Amino acid sequence: MTVSDTAWKPAAPPPAPVSPKSPKDRAAKSARTRRWRNVVWVLPAVLLLGVFAYLPLVQNLGFSFLKWDIYSGRQTFVGADNYVRMFNDPIFWKSLLNNTLYAIISIAFQVFGAMILAAMIEGLRSQRWRGILRAVYFVPSAISLTVAGLLFYFIYEPEMGILNASLDFLGLGNFTQAWLGQENTAIFAIIAMSQWQGFGYCTLLFSVALQRIPSELYEAASIDGVGPLQRFFSISLPLVREMTGLMMIVTVSGAFQVFNEVMVMTSGGPNNSSQVLGTWLYRSGFVRNDFGYAAAVATAVFIITLVLAVIQLRISKKRRVQW
Amino acid sequence: MVTRSAVLLVLGRVLIKAFLVALAVVVIYPLVWMMLNGVKSNSELFSNPFALPIAWKWDNYVTAWNRGVGDYLTTSVLVTVASTVATVFISAWAAYGLTRVNIPFNRVVLVLILGGLMLAPTVALIPLVKMFQSLGLYNNLWALLILYTAFRVPFTTFLIRAYMMDLPAEVDEAASVDGASKARAFWQVILPMCKPILVSTVLLNILFTWNEYLFAMVFTSGGALQTLPVGLTNLMSKHGTDYPVVFAGMAIAAIPVIVLFFAGQRYFIRGLADGVGK
Repeated sequence: MTVSDTAWKPAAPPPAPVSPKSPKDRAAKSARTRRWRNVVWVLPAVLLLGVFAYLPLVQNLGFSFLKWDIYSGRQTFVGADNYVRMFNDPIFWKSLLNNTLYAIISIAFQVFGAMILAAMIEGLRSQRWRGILRAVYFVPSAISLTVAGLLFYFIYEPEMGILNASLDFLGLGNFTQAWLGQENTAIFAIIAMSQWQGFGYCTLLFSVALQRIPSELYEAASIDGVGPLQRFFSISLPLVREMTGLMMIVTVSGAFQVFNEVMVMTSGGPNNSSQVLGTWLYRSGFVRNDFGYAAAVATAVFIITLVLAVIQLRISKKRRVQW
Repeated sequence: MVTRSAVLLVLGRVLIKAFLVALAVVVIYPLVWMMLNGVKSNSELFSNPFALPIAWKWDNYVTAWNRGVGDYLTTSVLVTVASTVATVFISAWAAYGLTRVNIPFNRVVLVLILGGLMLAPTVALIPLVKMFQSLGLYNNLWALLILYTAFRVPFTTFLIRAYMMDLPAEVDEAASVDGASKARAFWQVILPMCKPILVSTVLLNILFTWNEYLFAMVFTSGGALQTLPVGLTNLMSKHGTDYPVVFAGMAIAAIPVIVLFFAGQRYFIRGLADGVGK
């Protein structure tokens, strides 16, 4: 389970253009034509992205200034009305809060929890056990969020679900409840499912990062009489710091794009208590036929993810720890 | 003193291992529960959720298959294969163009393609619906094929490009001395050398497409056109009271990707590890 050195290269600047080995007598014009013909290599990718990713992005901004009924097809320019409505919409703020909760809880479990877990796994002496545990923890990440969401819908189900049954079995019968059916527990039940689904992915990545720390560092510390706990804090933790930063951004960015599991488990209910930006956008557009407003919510999602992407880029560009 | 700390150390090891194994059991149990529920009867589900099935009703799986899961699976396989092949080829071409061919505005093209990494599908959703309606591709598998490819090209190009940058330039020089054109060098020399990263990207794209929900839900509505994730929610809403069949359907959707992960673990890990450094 080794990862080659290429794995941790920072996103390097593009290679300097290789000058074509054209004989000197060749006309510069034909070289230029040839150079332009080389565009065919990147053309499919550029066209696909331009038409189906960047163009919609720009269009979305335009739509967010319209009142748009998709059934009648009527579009009216309403200025910043959608944004004004958005800022006065308690469900928008509720959604934003839920996304934020998602991000905070995921950082605790999927970043810091996973890091500690990875350190525990990598501390095991049996190579076989390390491999087995890493793989088992990852399995929930391989299945779809739809299957995971439906599965936990049943796990939380009051009559047949194993959560309430387990609480009863442990003598905690007082805590049994309809987890997804109550306004104060629904979003947390969904977030808990998401931790189950995603922590193995992060653990795996931290494991890879820890494996890349040379074992001599640990051996030297060990000889100096440094205990395992202190080795974790003084060697492992600082050397996976950059990985931690990246994982935090990836996790937070994911938390603001949540859609699938909420849609499957509660559709944002009960009473919009588990609504997130993604599901609120969907509901505004496709259920309430308010596409201009949905576009305004999409712009909010775009701004949040853009800011996070810029931070991520800065972290990636920093020089990595060398050893 | 030395012996006492040694005892503590051993105790710590045992406790950690016990904790890790217990956690593994808790993590994997819901999936075992799901598969076992797929062979129970409806009344068994409600009597004792932890009990093993009394009579193993494998025909639940057949029922699930006949109630649409078979069709959903076929659609999923079709979309997954087509978009994975398209994504990997288009990305490999782009990566080759960006690393080994002299193209105009190299830097702009690079930023344009890799910038796609930060685009959230939700942001583009509303305009895409309008676009595909006017293209006449709404409720059409082409919509999924195009969108999956477009939104996966940045990540896939990123991975393949990083790999190609590490291939020595002498490889191309040798090929050009032999008189091979750029296209031939790509197909016969560079692409075969990229096999490990190509396997990784193929696996990651299969995982993504197989599990994708948002686009699949919005852009297809007819039964036969639906992929597994959307089909399963249909199965649930249509036959919601026949829970074992729903569990069987979920298991049918989950098993292929779990098997694939264990079969290609090494490549998955490589791709995931390379990918987070984006």
